[in-house]
Amino acid sequence: MPTLTIDGKQVTVEPGTTVLQACEEIGVEVPRFCYHERLSIAGNCRMCLVDMEKSPKPIASCAMPAGEGMVIHTNTERVKKAREGVMEFLLINHPLDCPICDQGGECDLQDEAMAFGRGASRYDENKRAVEDKYMGPLIATTMTRCIHCMRCVRFSEEVAGVDDMGSLWRGEHTEITTYLEKTLDSEMSGNVIDLCPVGALTSKPYAFTARSWELKHIESVDVMDAVGSNINIDVRGSAVMRIKPRLNEDVNEEWISDKTRFVYDGLRKRRLDRAYVRKNKTLQEATWAEAFDAIKKKLKGVKGDEIAAIVGDMADMESMLALKDLMAALGSSRIESRQDGAKLDTAVRAGYILNAGLAGVEEADFLLLVGSNPRAEAPVFNTRIRKAVRHLGLKVANVGSAEDLTYKVQEFGDDASLLEAVLKGKGELADAFKAAEKPMIIVGQGALKREDGAAILKAARDIADKYCVKDGWNGFGVLHTAAARVGALDLDLVTEGGIDAILADAEAGKLKAVFVLGADEFDTAKLAGVDTIYIGTHGDAGVTNADVILPGAAYTEKSGTYVNTEGRVQRTEKATFAPGEAREDWTILRALSDVLGHTLPYNNLAELRARLETVAPATTQLDELLQAPWGDFGTKGKISAGGIAPAVDNFYLTNPIARASEIMADIIAARAGDVEEATGTHG
Amino acid sequence: MTAAAQEAFAWTPENEATAQKHIAKYPAGRQQSAVMPLLDLAQRQNGGHVTQEIIEYIADYLDMAPIKVMEVATFYTMYNHKPIGKHHVQVCGTTPCWLRGAEDVMHACKKHLGIEKGQTTADGMFTLNEVECAGACVNAPVVAIDDDYFEDLTPETVVELLNKLAKGEAVKPGPQGVNRKNSAPEGGPTTLKDFMGEDA
Repeated sequence: MPTLTIDGKQVTVEPGTTVLQACEEIGVEVPRFCYHERLSIAGNCRMCLVDMEKSPKPIASCAMPAGEGMVIHTNTERVKKAREGVMEFLLINHPLDCPICDQGGECDLQDEAMAFGRGASRYDENKRAVEDKYMGPLIATTMTRCIHCMRCVRFSEEVAGVDDMGSLWRGEHTEITTYLEKTLDSEMSGNVIDLCPVGALTSKPYAFTARSWELKHIESVDVMDAVGSNINIDVRGSAVMRIKPRLNEDVNEEWISDKTRFVYDGLRKRRLDRAYVRKNKTLQEATWAEAFDAIKKKLKGVKGDEIAAIVGDMADMESMLALKDLMAALGSSRIESRQDGAKLDTAVRAGYILNAGLAGVEEADFLLLVGSNPRAEAPVFNTRIRKAVRHLGLKVANVGSAEDLTYKVQEFGDDASLLEAVLKGKGELADAFKAAEKPMIIVGQGALKREDGAAILKAARDIADKYCVKDGWNGFGVLHTAAARVGALDLDLVTEGGIDAILADAEAGKLKAVFVLGADEFDTAKLAGVDTIYIGTHGDAGVTNADVILPGAAYTEKSGTYVNTEGRVQRTEKATFAPGEAREDWTILRALSDVLGHTLPYNNLAELRARLETVAPATTQLDELLQAPWGDFGTKGKISAGGIAPAVDNFYLTNPIARASEIMADIIAARAGDVEEATGTHG
Repeated sequence: MTAAAQEAFAWTPENEATAQKHIAKYPAGRQQSAVMPLLDLAQRQNGGHVTQEIIEYIADYLDMAPIKVMEVATFYTMYNHKPIGKHHVQVCGTTPCWLRGAEDVMHACKKHLGIEKGQTTADGMFTLNEVECAGACVNAPVVAIDDDYFEDLTPETVVELLNKLAKGEAVKPGPQGVNRKNSAPEGGPTTLKDFMGEDA
């Protein structure tokens, strides 16, 4: 543990810490452009120069390991001069176009030029100009502004795992580009926008729509997948202008997927902003009173066992609980959350969460994926697996369809019956489990939604019991695809026979009315024969056969509780108001309960949350990784031979908001190579 | 472009063997280290320049991302990205050569060949370029033609050299028109005469 002196203060740091990191530990600010905590060290911007005693010249602190007895000065005249010199060099070719640059106001170069620059340049020659590069529909480029820190190049190679970016030519002619100016083939590409310390790479959809100082930042949580990435929703007036990641080391570090980042335009399109009632086979606009009245009439004389409910993938726990309570008041307990038909049960919490946690994969030394494609189902988690594979010696094996996960995976075919052999301790996979100290097994929805899903779950549970559950380590995990799912399972929203039984009963006429809370991922045509009450945000699959539509609030428009795939309870904040007549979902259900004569016993969010805490005790602890006791779950059965189908067809189209988003449509086209040529007018 | 050039690039059997020899110099799994000699080999096979197709071929051959090969191929000036003439005349223009008359040498080349820097003669025999320090300052001014250095040049000797090359006559690399061996003093060694005497 080296001890060094920085500006007169002694600090002891871990071996391998750099001088810059040591400075940060005691709160000494060192300016930098190329250095980034999560990327390899490059040392090419030279902005972090500091003085080291006994060194004839200033040192680049980001690349210098802290050594015993070093004496560092960051506030000498020589350091000031060195920083001014580097800044002057950086600005030689950087255009002074801050007033027309989207990065203006949140630009590292701008800030550091103000804080550490001379304020004037001695260079009067012409600046160089670089042609802009096409990098797809998400990233706008102004390459003249590039200062060649290489953060984007290192990110794409090291974090995203797609070797597509590079720097061509040399010296003054250096240019950053993607290979042949193709769209970056990654679900994480938008992160280069945050990484770029200047305005060279900016957000194309956000371009020239707002200035950073006009925006209000609302801390919230993403619901595009079950990771629950922490986000900042940037709002101007009543519109979400953009979404950026928020640091949470345990969940998303500081990355978010492109779907999380760019889905916001879907919040404004195809929205349900008023109630509708189906009259004479067509949906007609209605007032809230008319809609509630219509529901009251439809439910008249309907018995409790003739009513069912289906909740969707982005529902918050408050709404789900309100619906559950309303259903109970109507005499029904038939409320189902597993839209994809996953054969999960709720008896043991450890049986439906990722017990080791998302960050736990960094501790693991062996990981078996069963029917899960984390790159499409949870890209942020996939980058963490990649990090563990690259730096921490994790080995990954896969039983399921072989996909490019951006790291090395040992494929064992897509036949789930292999698990039985593993359980018997036979074969290469069983040997890997035996050899590993902290093995993990992750079961995906692709495996669980099969007919024999419960048997696969049981087999995975038994494998975990045999190899992965030890003192202080539970390597069993389920990777969910829906943000609402774990919360729904905590609320016990599962029914006998699952969604298939509900749809079959609806077709057979055994059901009279079905409540649908933002569920659009099943075959809604099967509900044509029953009275369907749809509460949701978008004119998507769910409304086609709806008889009454009640406009709800999207995740940015309400404060809701969500539980991510590792069982972590997180809460979103209301960033904007829902459009038009739309209301927060739980208030709709509360108002409807009044009309139906079964008033729900909560008048505000606090009262509802108090009730939530009694039903789902986990929600008392926000942002904690809760240990769940191990138990028995799944159903013993025969695992049939045959392939496991992927759970996610198209990463960019997994929910109604994403399907309404034009940006998502653009990026799908661009990645498929089906895009018009870049022209001079491309942003 | 000739019909032959349009065919997909692939190693000739001899070059394939050479390429494998280069790869064998590095530990297993580090075959990417051979990217530079392989690019050079491919450039020679292709008649003096590399193409996008070659970059992708080598990327595939060494199991690298094409962008990484492209980074290398664009970083080093010895890889040409456009077709060049039969002889690549590279005049050093850095300070020691410049002090010793590199500008006159360059001017003579331009005048004799009738082309500017970066151009190729109409008959496809010569491409003329200025390069940064060739590292032979003691024999300045220096011109590198293809794989050889021609040193101690004057406008006259360089034109003579170009004439010989145009006619396909043999030329002798090293100092031109000066009585010295390599970088030894003019007129023979001034010290270690006995030592040098044997084969001087």
